Amino acid sequence: MTRLADAIIVGGGIHGCSTALHMCLAGMKPVLIEKDYAGRHASGVNAGGVRQLARHVAEIPLSIRSMEIWARIEQLVDDDCSFESHGQVLVAENAAELENCRARVAELNALGFTHEELIDAAELRRLVPAVAETCPGGVVSRRDGAANPAQTTTAFRRKAAALGATVREGIAASNVRQHDGLWQVDVGADTYAAPVLVNAAGAWAGRIAASLGEPVPVETVAPMLMITSRVQHFIDPVVILRGRKLSFKQFANGTVLIGGGHLAVPDQDRNETMLDWRSLAVSARTVFELFPVMRAAMITRAWAGIEARTRDDLPVLGPSARHKGLYHQFGFSMHGFQLGPAAGAVMTELIVNGGTQTRIGDLGIDRFHSSQPQR
Amino acid sequence: MFKRIDQDNRPRVQILVDGAALEARQGDTVSSALLASGRDVRRATAVSGAPRLPYCMMGVCFDCLVTIDGVGNRQGCLVPVADGMQIEIQKGKREIGR
Amino acid sequence: MTTSLVTTTPGRDTYDVVVIGAGPAGLAATAMAAGAGLSTLLVDENAGPGGQVWRAIASTPVKAPEQLGADYWAGADLVAEVQASGAEIVHRATVWSLDRQLEIGVSVGGMSSFIKARRVILATGALERPFPIPGWTLPGVMTAGAAQTMLKSSGLVPDGRTVIAGQGPLLWLLAAQILRLGGRIDRILDTTERRNYLAALPHVLDFVTSPYFAKGLAMMREVKARVPVTTGVSELAAAGEGQLASVSYVAGGRRETIPVDLLLLHQGVVPNVNLAMAAGIEHRWDDRQLCWSPLLDADGNTSVAGIAIAGDGAGIGGATVAVARGRIAARAAIEALAPAATAKLAAENVLRTALAQAERGRSFLDVLFRPAPQFRIPSGDTIVCRCEEVSAKDILDAVAIGATGPNQLKAYRRTGMGPCQGRLCGLTVTQLMAQARGKSPQDIGYYRLRAPVKPITLAELAAMPQTEADVKAVVRG
Repeated sequence: MTRLADAIIVGGGIHGCSTALHMCLAGMKPVLIEKDYAGRHASGVNAGGVRQLARHVAEIPLSIRSMEIWARIEQLVDDDCSFESHGQVLVAENAAELENCRARVAELNALGFTHEELIDAAELRRLVPAVAETCPGGVVSRRDGAANPAQTTTAFRRKAAALGATVREGIAASNVRQHDGLWQVDVGADTYAAPVLVNAAGAWAGRIAASLGEPVPVETVAPMLMITSRVQHFIDPVVILRGRKLSFKQFANGTVLIGGGHLAVPDQDRNETMLDWRSLAVSARTVFELFPVMRAAMITRAWAGIEARTRDDLPVLGPSARHKGLYHQFGFSMHGFQLGPAAGAVMTELIVNGGTQTRIGDLGIDRFHSSQPQR
Repeated sequence: MFKRIDQDNRPRVQILVDGAALEARQGDTVSSALLASGRDVRRATAVSGAPRLPYCMMGVCFDCLVTIDGVGNRQGCLVPVADGMQIEIQKGKREIGR
Repeated sequence: MTTSLVTTTPGRDTYDVVVIGAGPAGLAATAMAAGAGLSTLLVDENAGPGGQVWRAIASTPVKAPEQLGADYWAGADLVAEVQASGAEIVHRATVWSLDRQLEIGVSVGGMSSFIKARRVILATGALERPFPIPGWTLPGVMTAGAAQTMLKSSGLVPDGRTVIAGQGPLLWLLAAQILRLGGRIDRILDTTERRNYLAALPHVLDFVTSPYFAKGLAMMREVKARVPVTTGVSELAAAGEGQLASVSYVAGGRRETIPVDLLLLHQGVVPNVNLAMAAGIEHRWDDRQLCWSPLLDADGNTSVAGIAIAGDGAGIGGATVAVARGRIAARAAIEALAPAATAKLAAENVLRTALAQAERGRSFLDVLFRPAPQFRIPSGDTIVCRCEEVSAKDILDAVAIGATGPNQLKAYRRTGMGPCQGRLCGLTVTQLMAQARGKSPQDIGYYRLRAPVKPITLAELAAMPQTEADVKAVVRG
């Protein structure tokens, strides 16, 4: 049986769920199709960083817009998402790294962005008292923070469903096709048809794009995280490093999350990842050196979520270059969680209004297909 | 709660529990020695501070967590006592490594 | 045969066979694999061999053989066989990681290393089924198995006011052992559902012809002669302020409360699935034993190539079954790695006959001692997750706002995220959510378990061997 909808969204991550919610707010009735359950993969198991800090210039406008939504997230989704805003701090471990920080902040200021702020050793110590004393400073983005990713993604899904979105979990979308000007997608025995199709399928989005004749250089990655048992409170902001792969965050319950982008081996077809303990040991060594106070903390769990990384580490966000009614929202390359709220709002504006005030011009899929030299 | 059987003639081992000497037997685990002592050896959880004693004694419940020779969160039911071993009962302070 | 080497750390980084767990299955597998000439490592978390059922068999202070019973001392021969097999044995070793490449992360004395195996035999056994009644986290409430461990390994017996509650063969064995050693038991509260006797009838012939029957009957007679037993207990709760003070129960419609110092709970054992699931081995819900069991072929091979499971981790069968499964798994490993060596082994059909004999009577026990729903699926303020102190009501509240399974629940309530990693709450969470959502436990699923299956310190992980890239970077200067 074919059911009509205003839009079909493939993928129940933070992006698909946010787009579904924003479509409902704009009066549309979308159907969201998720092969597992909302937030099963990267959206539910990422580090939860809500970060404007250290982003590529091309996505800063989207990130800033998202931050405005994060600041009132509870009003939007009726759930606080455990969002806390204690800032994010990028730590320079030596003078050369601090110089890079200085240049970066100057570059952003010249472009009119003021969210990143250079800090000296004293301010770094004030923000992050436990950091090794050899670190000479860094950059802070004071409105940044962190949220609970699974709680957040679920809250978006729940609110979207409450506002009228149809959420189909547990069966994969298949046989994506265009017929009589409508996009059609099979979900088990059902077929959905709509004038609009949003490809927000995360690690699986590249296959969909390719099957529709728009291949994107995208690979499946699985960044690893580990968490400790509860320890006494000792740090408020999220900490990331300039030179090494590390992100570091203590939750209100005392547990400490250690991430930073070391990769597991993904097994996309099994929905599985194989952890690389030698790389996790590198993360542990970094924390060991940077936060001596953490040395006796117990690692209780490690995991990785599957997602897509593009060749240029920037997402694909915008209309298809080939098909009317097709939109892409994927490839967030291990930093898409914070962008989710605004990306859904922007996607809805593109679909409903045909355009958006938020500058996303550098994120289009055509950048991979045009004859212009790529970055 | 527990008493030792009369036929137990294993060698004596002395450990320190929060600084106070305690006689255990060679082959006791830390948790067995603590429970055999009759002293108040309840730890406090890191979540609510609720008092707990070992529950499973086979390494799965983690209610026997104890600080042994300065290293916290050890499973006392898996570690045999040794002469001079220093035990601290964890009072839920969430100290790192405790 | 060569003498085995009991060491403090694995001597090599690759073995033909690594056996994890030195209980009946692990000992049997090790003896056969090493005896056939395969390089075999046996790693075990405890201080000595025996697992739970033969715990402290090499060191127990309880020397009079009749006190612990013949089934206990039956393990001595196998321990001797392993010691003469040429295997390498490491005790107090915690395996915290196992993956599809058969790479094993093992922690010994606060130092971790990786070893590789051509075959892994998991013999990680069972743990006691969660018994989530009101007050089960109070100091003074323990499992029956905990009391038995203390009895075997340290000669400790209850001497305060003691109640044993629950059901199953282990409960009666423990009671008999406590009494033989001069310990105190004030009352036994039997929670076996009366209707189970009827349900078990079709299996009774199998049972009365099994060795369980005579032994079990004798033991129950021995205990009942000395301890009052209350049958048909349908409600059970522990109470006290920071320490167990009383147990209240309902039997035959009457509620009683008795003052007590020690309450020992037991309602059977279930496979200890953490390491197997973390390795990616497929499990399914076993509706008879009410637990997760791995999908296995006749040799114990799992869904992950190269990993077999033997013993109670393969589904509860008891010590004799475990020994038979251990031998079958080892024989399969030998056949794969050194086919010529199988000529000297017991024939496959001999091993399978031994297994079939050992399994006789099990179905009767499973049905008779199937725990009642109210003792598996708690309600209200009763704690489900002991580590994070999450109640049944908390979980139902999370279900109401969209938690559909154990993994989604973690995001709301952190169930299973504490140090025990779901061992004490996982089955309860699955069954509670299944009931709340009107689904089967199979559909609800289980926590996705990941390494480390036992916590390790950051310092220990930091001290792990470096990556090849790291080493190269250093070499290049």
